[in-house]
Amino acid sequence: MRLIRVQQADFDASAVLTELRTGRTDIGASVTFIGCVRDLNLDDDVRAMRLEHYPGMTEKALEKIVDEANSRWQLTGTAVIHRVGELQPGDQIVLVAVTSAHRSDAFAACEFIMDYLKTGAPFWKKELLHDGSSRWVEARPSDDEAAERWKQ
Amino acid sequence: MIIRVFYFAALAEQVDCRSEELETGATSAGELIEELRARGEPWRSAFDSRIQIAVNQHLARPADNLSDGDEVAFFPPVTGG
Repeated sequence: MRLIRVQQADFDASAVLTELRTGRTDIGASVTFIGCVRDLNLDDDVRAMRLEHYPGMTEKALEKIVDEANSRWQLTGTAVIHRVGELQPGDQIVLVAVTSAHRSDAFAACEFIMDYLKTGAPFWKKELLHDGSSRWVEARPSDDEAAERWKQ
Repeated sequence: MIIRVFYFAALAEQVDCRSEELETGATSAGELIEELRARGEPWRSAFDSRIQIAVNQHLARPADNLSDGDEVAFFPPVTGG
């Protein structure tokens, strides 16, 4: 089972896990990661976050990342849901859910998918500040390093 | 040949263009960048920053070849998640 969605609407992690597990009795482990909007970055008050993406390429890039995760680990299900549009502090942005027979594969695959999504999927965040100005979020070298370590 | 070019995020704002159809003689993504830079400002400065390239919706390198009908995209390093 594989779910890849790019959407403006919020998601329900529990409902997604139910989708991944329904009808299966071979799943011993489910791991989920949820990323949320923070209200503080670089000491400024962030009013909201606007997420832009590259329709078409985004889905392809996420498919490729999930393919790679499935080739590295024994997984029974993977879900990636990424929101776009305007989000508020505290809102959920991204969900990665992975199911597997054993927890080690599920933990590793979940982290791998997030690390690759951060550097390989065409999303861009813009922070909207309280004073009416806005600012594109800069890519972080630590995200590149996190993705790089899976190549060793 | 004719290609479709997309620009995203900060880059799209800098050049004030989100997409265009281009008649070009560029045979690689890198040559296309040089062609765009030759337009002068704000194009020249916009491409001074670190820019990622996609050809037909897959990440590409400057040396990668272009063909008629290709979809090329330029954008800043991604910041999703």
